[in-house]
Formats: sequence, C-alpha cells, structure tokens
Amino acid sequence: MNPAALIASVYVFALAAFLGYQVISRVPPLLHTPLMSATNAISGISLIGSLVLAGARGYTLPAHILGFVAVTTATINVVGGFGITDRMLKMFRKKPAAANVEAK
Amino acid sequence: MSLTSYFMEATYLVASILFILSLKMMSHPDTARRGMFLAEGGMFAAIIGTLVGAHIISWVWIIAGLTVGSIIGAWMAITVPMTAMPQRTALSHAFGALAAALVGVGEFLVKINEMPGITRGALGFEIMLGALTTTGSLIAAGKLQGVIQGKPVQFKGQNFVNLAIGLGMVGCFLFFWIHPEAHAVFYSMLGLAFVFGVALVIPIGSADMPVVMSLLNSYAGLAAAATGFVLGNNVLIIAGTLDGFSGFILSVLMCKAMNRSIINVLFGGFGSVIAEASTDTGGVMREISLDDAAMQLAFANRVIFVPGYGLATAQAQHAVRELGELLESRGVTVKYAIHPVAGRMPGHMNVLLAEANVPYSSLYEMEQINPEFPSTDVAVVIGANDVVNPDARDNPKSLIAGMPILEVDRAKSVIVLKRGQGRGFSGLENPLFFKSCTSMLYGDAKASLSHLAQAVQHV
Repeated sequence: MNPAALIASVYVFALAAFLGYQVISRVPPLLHTPLMSATNAISGISLIGSLVLAGARGYTLPAHILGFVAVTTATINVVGGFGITDRMLKMFRKKPAAANVEAK
Repeated sequence: MSLTSYFMEATYLVASILFILSLKMMSHPDTARRGMFLAEGGMFAAIIGTLVGAHIISWVWIIAGLTVGSIIGAWMAITVPMTAMPQRTALSHAFGALAAALVGVGEFLVKINEMPGITRGALGFEIMLGALTTTGSLIAAGKLQGVIQGKPVQFKGQNFVNLAIGLGMVGCFLFFWIHPEAHAVFYSMLGLAFVFGVALVIPIGSADMPVVMSLLNSYAGLAAAATGFVLGNNVLIIAGTLDGFSGFILSVLMCKAMNRSIINVLFGGFGSVIAEASTDTGGVMREISLDDAAMQLAFANRVIFVPGYGLATAQAQHAVRELGELLESRGVTVKYAIHPVAGRMPGHMNVLLAEANVPYSSLYEMEQINPEFPSTDVAVVIGANDVVNPDARDNPKSLIAGMPILEVDRAKSVIVLKRGQGRGFSGLENPLFFKSCTSMLYGDAKASLSHLAQAVQHV
C-alpha cells in the first residue's frame, strides 16, 4: 500500500464510521439483538479475503490451508449470521388489527 | 486492470451500498427483514465477484471451505434456540475474528518481504484484534453456556498481569513493525493476543455480558476493517467499520444503562465484591399464594410484566405470553417493560418475547414505561433483580447507585417471581422485595406463570 492508497483508505474508513454512526444510532433497542447478529454476518465479508488466500495465484500451500480454515469460519459466520437474523426478524410481528384496542 | 477485475470492484461497490441500505432498513421491524435480503444479496455479489476477478487457480480449498462452512452455519442457524442467542452470537464473533486473524497470518507468510511499513502496521492491528477477539469471544460463549463458571475469575494483581500481557503484545507489534524479518516476534504477538483475549474476559461477570458482547462485536468488526487496510480492499473496510461502530455504539448504550464506564466494566470485576455496603433493610419478604396473585391480576386494570434474565433461564417466554393474553381477553391492559441491560445481550428480552408471539407494540422501553408505573395496578417482575432495585435511585452508597431502573416500586402492587430467597446475580440486597406493596411468589418462573394462568381462568 502506498501513501496515496492509504489516504484513500482512511477516507473510506472515516466516512464509513460517520455513516455507520448515523445509520445505527437510529436502530431501536427492540432490534438490538438482530442488529448485532446482522452486523456480525456482514463483517463476515472477510470471507472474500479468505477466498483469495485459499485459492488465488501466488499463494503457497500453507497459505491455502490457512485460507481453507478461514473460508470455513467466515462462511459459518455469514450463513449462520444471516440465517439466524432472518429467523429472529420473522418473529417480530405487529399486534393483529382486531386486537388493537389499546388507545395511544 | 482486466475486465474481470473491474467486474470484481463493481460487485464490491454494490455490496457496500447494499450493506449500508440494509442497516438503514434495520431502523424499523417492518422493513428490517427486507433489508437483510439486500445484505445477503450484497454478500453473494461480493463472493461471486471475488471468485471471478481474483485470479483463483485452485478451487479445492475454496469449495471445501464454502461447503463445510455453509453446512455448519445453516445447522447453527436452524437449530440454535432463542434462549441460547447470546452464546451463539459470541461464538459467531469468534469465527469472524479468527477468519480475519488467519487471513493476516496468510498474508504474513506470503507477502511479508514486499510489505511496506504502513501495511505491516495494519497487519499488526488485524492480528492483535482478530486473535484477542477469538479467544475473548470463546470465553464469553463458554460463560454464557455455563461451561465456564459465570462468576468473575479474579486473583491478586490481575490487572497488573493483564497489563503486562497487553504491553508485551504491543511491544512485539512495535518490534515486528520495525523488523519484519523477526518471524518469532510476529508469532509471539499472535500468541500473546490469544492469551490477552482470555485474560480480558475471564475477570468479567456474566451480568456484565451485554457490554462485553457489544465490545467483542466492535473488535471483530475492526479486525475485518484492518484486513481491508492490509489487502487494500474498500468493501472490507466499509463492512468492518460498520460492524465496529455498531458494536461501539451498543457498548456505550449498555454502559449508560448501567451508569458505569467501559473501564469500570472491563477492569472493575463487578459482582465479586459482595456488597457489605448494602443497607440492611431489615424488613420481611411477604409471600403470596398463587390464588391471591391470580385474583390481583384478574381484577387489575393495568398490568406490566418486567422480564429479566430469569425469564430466559426458566424458558418462561411462552408462559408469560399465555398469561398476558388471558388477562387481555378479560379486558386488562398488558404491557411489557424492557430494561436495556435485561438479559445477557442488547435486545435479548425483545427477541425472547417476540419468539413467544408477543407483538412488538406491547414491548416498551424504560423511558416510555417509567411514567406509567404509578397508574399501574400490578407490576409482575419475572426473574429480574438489579434493573428494578430502587437502591440504585435512592441510596447513593449503593454499588449500583445512579443506574437507571424500571420504577416498579411506584406501582400500586408488585408481584416478584423468584426462584428462591437468595440475592440476585450481583449479590446486592434489593429493598424492593421488602416494600409493603411487594409480595413474593417463589418457584420456577415457567411453572408459576402457567399455574397463574390456570388460576386466572378459574377466577
């Protein structure tokens, strides 16, 4: 990484942090568990780094093996994380209209 | 750049946008699920893009890893019960962080000789954060699952030992940064980071887990972001940073909800200093019979249920929903009051009650519900203790002084469902239990609630 690329990356980091703060502080406490599990699944994006390690040109066998383990754990994270988040979000339901007698 | 590389970069951009959109849609339960489909689509696009554009030459390890990972991941997603959500999430943090650490080691093996100083710095952060999050999350998961004892493990000079491990790790990092050829130092850094993760979480009690979970979430995200810096990959930086900040925001919220600083949670070893400072309230706890409690509930106008971790351990979420619906069918207004740190992770109670089909419109946050307690006939506390302890408000000497609480003691009457007469998790005395408006219903929460429902039917 050269200095120019570093600066660009720092920009991306800072903007993502700012955006993340804006977006995530709007998530209600009701959904904090699904939020945690969703962001965790999303950060399983390190899977793409693992894929490169496991099979790309220019990497040695030990790196491929490390990559295999990393692909496995990252995939568990992605598949398990999205799966369970969806299972949780499916459960959140509104009050059925008929029973909605409570005055607000 | 070749065409396939452009394609790969394009999928990364799409994935980044979809991730941000999906988190934005998380702001409401009606849109959250659709938002997750977007994130899944983004992830899928990024994976396809990588496989097409990253000059993949050997597919064996990739296919094997994707297959094994998908099977285990799907199995976990389908089988894990909602009550085990905190430990599953902790385990998931461990997996994600381990992947980041391993990618770091792989990059070290292959590219260390051509790595400029800046990248080596990022690599160090990736390894340290990844490794300490892996072991830290495993310990947290073990504590939550009950494999490791939940009580804080402490010994004399512990903070000193932890400090030494931490400094040793940072020292190795700095040395490696300057001398990349020192492979032994690199591996020492890795090893010390693994040890440091254990040392950080071992002294923290289970009751503080909401903060620890959020912090580990944050670290796992930052490890992924550091990976992005090492690989020069923007989608990794963006996704990792989103995760890192989400965890950070949650930790701050959790700390606020306990009126404690992060430093205090991490190094305070709360719950080990059994409160001698607690006031001897001297009263007696008044026990109530099932029938009397049922009578109170059946003839109330407004009832608020206050769930705590005890609800999760007793798996009583369905029983409370049945009782709640029964009361509603008799015209009672039923609400649920959720304290931010009730349970073992942020939002734990909401998920459990949602699983039991309680509509989310009946779940109320602390600030919303507190003004309603004075006009409430019966507040039913189910396995919650510290979050309803009036000492936090009234007794400045209390260990939890200043922690915002659910003010159930302002309700006309309070029924506390409790396993036995012992103190709560933090070992603090709870004056609520001795108040004249409070009565105790001892026994397993699930059994008590279903018996209450039966009794209400017969009123």
